[in-house]
Amino acid sequence: MMPDQSNPAAPILSVNTLKMHFPVSGGILRRTKGKIYAVDGISFTVKKGDTMGLVGESGCGKTTAGRTILRLYKPTSGDVIFEGKNLSRLPKEDLRKTRQHMQMIFQDPFESLNARQTILEILEEPFIIHNIGSPQERSVAVFKLLEKVGLPKSAAGLFPHEFSGGQRQRIGIARAIALNPRMIVCDEPVSALDVSIQSQILNLLLDLQKDMGLTYVFISHDLAVVKHMSDTIAVMYLGKIVEHADADLIYRNPLHPYTKALISAIPVPDPAFKRKRIILSGDVPSPASPPEGCRFHTRCPITIDRCRIEEPELTAHNENPNHLVACHRSSENPERL
Amino acid sequence: MYMEKTMANQEAPILFIKHLVTAFDTEQGMLRAVDDISFALKKGTTLGIVGESGCGKSVTALSIIRLLPRPVGRIESGNIIFKGTDILLLPSEKLHEIRGNRISMIFQEPMTALNPVYKISRQLGEIYHLHFSDMDKKQIFKASIDMLNKVGIPDPSRCLNSYPHQISGGMRQRVMIAMALACEPDILIADEPTTALDVTIQAQILELMKNLQQETGMAIIFITHDLGVIAEICHEVVVMYAGKIVEQAMSEDLFKTPSHPYTQGLLSSIPRLENKRKATLPIIRGMVPSLSEMPSGCRFQNRCPLKMSICETVSPAMTTLSDTHHASCYRLEGRK
Repeated sequence: MMPDQSNPAAPILSVNTLKMHFPVSGGILRRTKGKIYAVDGISFTVKKGDTMGLVGESGCGKTTAGRTILRLYKPTSGDVIFEGKNLSRLPKEDLRKTRQHMQMIFQDPFESLNARQTILEILEEPFIIHNIGSPQERSVAVFKLLEKVGLPKSAAGLFPHEFSGGQRQRIGIARAIALNPRMIVCDEPVSALDVSIQSQILNLLLDLQKDMGLTYVFISHDLAVVKHMSDTIAVMYLGKIVEHADADLIYRNPLHPYTKALISAIPVPDPAFKRKRIILSGDVPSPASPPEGCRFHTRCPITIDRCRIEEPELTAHNENPNHLVACHRSSENPERL
Repeated sequence: MYMEKTMANQEAPILFIKHLVTAFDTEQGMLRAVDDISFALKKGTTLGIVGESGCGKSVTALSIIRLLPRPVGRIESGNIIFKGTDILLLPSEKLHEIRGNRISMIFQEPMTALNPVYKISRQLGEIYHLHFSDMDKKQIFKASIDMLNKVGIPDPSRCLNSYPHQISGGMRQRVMIAMALACEPDILIADEPTTALDVTIQAQILELMKNLQQETGMAIIFITHDLGVIAEICHEVVVMYAGKIVEQAMSEDLFKTPSHPYTQGLLSSIPRLENKRKATLPIIRGMVPSLSEMPSGCRFQNRCPLKMSICETVSPAMTTLSDTHHASCYRLEGRK
């Protein structure tokens, strides 16, 4: 059915030095004063059926990255190749057709659902836009979708405000899977939900991935959630990927000082849990004027002079070619750092 | 280490909440957002109140500091006893001596709690001006600088000269803490103080609160939905569900032997770093009933995996599991 099923290891998505800069205008003439370097040259590939976690703090560019991958923004430069098609260069009509294969789930399902439409209308819309099925076939499809995401049939006639946060997220998920997509970008899908509801939604996403063979790009600030959902994890800081590796590996053996600090800062629900916490000083610099050299050097506990001048590349670590890290000191003996 | 140090003076409770009932006037009639809860806060310790949205944790805080939205919210019954006096019986001028002075509060979103049109110097100075009327401008400036230094703001005089939007979220929360601590309160109520912050900034703020507690000996009521943060900072924990306390214990006991099915469910449903990835998480099925449709009997019954027929009729009382560990579940009765 799928064109690349013969080669399951082939990447469904590859992103090459993707950049997304937003102009900042000011003054009476609204002239461009500067740029926000939201995403500043990121590259990675995602295998079919895998989940890549994208983790980082607010303002690191993870959401912009997710939206640029789906071509909701036109990238400043770089390529996004989805199933062999370069989305950055695709003509409008082809892009529209490709869009049914890649979807997005948003953080706040209330803001992303039209308050004046019933659930039936919301879930019917993707079929109408892409001209699929007769009205009867569409409503049958909507009821199937509701069942798939664990909502009763009676939900179809209700409006978004009549649902709780968790149920609204189920509706957002139903809309995303309506056209049998192959890839979904999940942007903080459980951050707005209560703890007991989070696990329900995470399980639903895992089940759908298994049933439909979905590929996910899973964006979150919560490293524990990302670790649970992902096969590989990329850590972003100020528009760059600083480390990218297998999910278990990055947690067991983080190499970048930022990843180490991030992992050590997660509050663990166990008072007996002992660890050495790395407390970073200061705040994330503004993406409008990122620091020279390594972007993390202003907060890094192990900065050397070289970090202030030369920006480290994301390269394979000498002990594991699949563990990518952007740090000048990653190959030094960790005991001595 | 931190625990051991502050546990020494745990015998002296500074605040008692007794059978507190807080209700809101809504279109569906009076609804009890907090329904008969009791706990004690010991001097120099941190008590965590944990629960999901709508469980009544913030309403409890607002009741203690008597900042409930009027006229819709009111305390129907109960006592809040601070150092021997019932705050609920105090006339409003007496209340001023306690609120902000002896008991102060910090909120989740420091941007909405700070006034955007005044500089930090004016907002922090105002507190000294109100509570220490004999201080002159110079003394206030010096006290403000000292306070900002204490909460770890790198360039205090520049910060004083800034408007709230000119400083970062972490810095704003530090300013809020500085304002709350200006009067050296006996009790600090922190309502989700780190929820809006990034994890690395959250770690800084939690560290700061621990250090300040050791320095000043204040007691903290820490309200959060995050059990990880609770484990990090609290000595004692109160778990709330739908306006009731379902379990209450010392932090170590709660995490080692969670006893109420809700607490057990919550703890097992959190994704953990050491878990096998992509494994199905245990869940608590269903969702919290709304206040207007609260069932009689146990409020957790519709989601409970261990429900019995008695749970549908009568609300369970607190069962004592040990001197410091209590939970309200019929399954625990006779299993002390």
